[in-house]
Amino acid sequence: MNKINAFPQALVDVPMHYCPGCTHGIIHRLIAEVIDEMKILKETIGVASVGCSCFNYDYFNFDMVATAHGRAPATATGVKRVHPDCLVFTYQGDGDLASIGTAEIVHTAVRGEKISVIFVNNGIYGMTGGQMAPTSLPEMKATTAPYGRKTESTGYPIKMTEMLALQEGCVYAERTKISSVASIAKTKKAIKKSFELQLAKKGFSIVEILSTCPTNWGLEPLESIKWMEKNLEGYYPIGVIKDAKEGE
Amino acid sequence: MTEKQLMKGSEAIAEAGIRNGCRYFFGYPITPQNEIPEYMAKYLPQVGGTFLQGESEIASISMVLGASAAGARVMTSSSSPGISLKQEGISYMAGAELPCVIVNMMRGGPGLGAIQGAQPDYWQATRGGGHGDYRLLVLAPATVQEAVDLTYEAFDLADKYRNPVMILGDGVLGQIMEPVELPEAKENKAEKPWAVSKNYNRDRNIISSSYPQVEVLEQVNIRLHKRYDEIKNNEVRWDSFLLEDAEYVLVAYGTAARLAKAAVRMARKKGIKAGLLRPISVWPFPQQPFTELISQVKFFLTVELSTGQMIDDVRLAVGKARQVHHFGRLGGVLPLPEEILIKLEELAKEVG
Repeated sequence: MNKINAFPQALVDVPMHYCPGCTHGIIHRLIAEVIDEMKILKETIGVASVGCSCFNYDYFNFDMVATAHGRAPATATGVKRVHPDCLVFTYQGDGDLASIGTAEIVHTAVRGEKISVIFVNNGIYGMTGGQMAPTSLPEMKATTAPYGRKTESTGYPIKMTEMLALQEGCVYAERTKISSVASIAKTKKAIKKSFELQLAKKGFSIVEILSTCPTNWGLEPLESIKWMEKNLEGYYPIGVIKDAKEGE
Repeated sequence: MTEKQLMKGSEAIAEAGIRNGCRYFFGYPITPQNEIPEYMAKYLPQVGGTFLQGESEIASISMVLGASAAGARVMTSSSSPGISLKQEGISYMAGAELPCVIVNMMRGGPGLGAIQGAQPDYWQATRGGGHGDYRLLVLAPATVQEAVDLTYEAFDLADKYRNPVMILGDGVLGQIMEPVELPEAKENKAEKPWAVSKNYNRDRNIISSSYPQVEVLEQVNIRLHKRYDEIKNNEVRWDSFLLEDAEYVLVAYGTAARLAKAAVRMARKKGIKAGLLRPISVWPFPQQPFTELISQVKFFLTVELSTGQMIDDVRLAVGKARQVHHFGRLGGVLPLPEEILIKLEELAKEVG
């Protein structure tokens, strides 16, 4: 009998600390499956950021560096420059990448740093308890926006991936979501493409993954997915934002 | 050994780093230390190294963290305001036990201050600088030759203790030109089995300063503290000038020590028995020579290019046994040796 599925080698078989209904676990698994399929487990270095995913070095079964809030792209730059033949990726949430780490992510893209960025966007700060993020939607309630996000005083949600895609050094940018078997498969495909482009030394790439936060949104897991597709996806349309050029 | 050549302090520091195997430099421009990144940008590529100008000091130190975690010999440099920005990464590196060499060519502050050499960052340098209960090994050269020797050694010390080492200079040291003898160029062969890399033949490595279990973090703090004690036992350095029969001891480090030394010479010509104690490691601070001197000394006079910061450490070393006085010029103004001498004579007159 052919084995058609197994626990990924690139994941450690331990319980994760994520809340019920959180999609981090699925995204971790997708990254691990891609690494297994590409047979690069011993050549992968991940860079963890700060937020709900800050302990992901306990779950990924390869070398990891944990760094300061927002600085993962800069730290990954240091790692990649020393080990240019390794697969180096950052795993960042929207508070990390779209708020405190905007300078680092923009200039890493500008340099065309040959790393992959997995950007998990659920429009809120999870780890610290549901504060407003730069990605929070207008009128969305958060603990630091108890009356809803007011655009006249806090602006509109930031579109990081579109901004990064404008930079020459960014060769591939796609936004996906975790909501169904089909969208999960698409996300996996995008992660794989990003990793392959990196190993082909093409440049910087980013996969933004629309995600949920049932705990801080105050919704059941399934309702969260519906809310994400109706609201978050409405502001952040999924799809390829910048594709790698043919022949490159 | 090589013959002497005339070099600017900043450039000599950069060359010393390269000669001891530093192959990665990440930094951001700030006066008065731009010659370090400029030198690295020019010469690191010639030895197969990497120079990268970060978008900020914060990004640069985070790159240093990454390169150090990846096992490289790596360096960054800045001046006072920039060093403040680097404190985040320095704290993370101390917590993750990552070696690196950081140069601070101090200038006048607070805030943007001025670009001239001063010594207002002693507290920041010697007390860790960033958040958390940690220390840096801090070496304070007074001449270009000493800057070369200490920078060269700093890379070995950083690797030995798996801790960041700071070279604490100032704008004067960075800009001055002096003849130096350069040490031999070495390849870095330090084994770093803890670093992240391709890992075909070992278990995975994790580099992190995060310890969410408080009991675990307490043990980490204890372990780090023991390492700082080891540094205190092994790495205390100081220099002395005419201390054998000194009744009045000037205490100064770096550029201030050069000025104080001139004042000591002038005092001796006038028959005043002055001497100079010059801490070279400012953390760990050399306490022992003070204990040995107390019985022969009437008072201590610290000379600093600040309102008095190292004086705290001198007072900790001397206790209430003798008076400790301070003289300094501020904001980048350098005192003339004559000014220091006037202060010394005033104080000497008071004690009789």
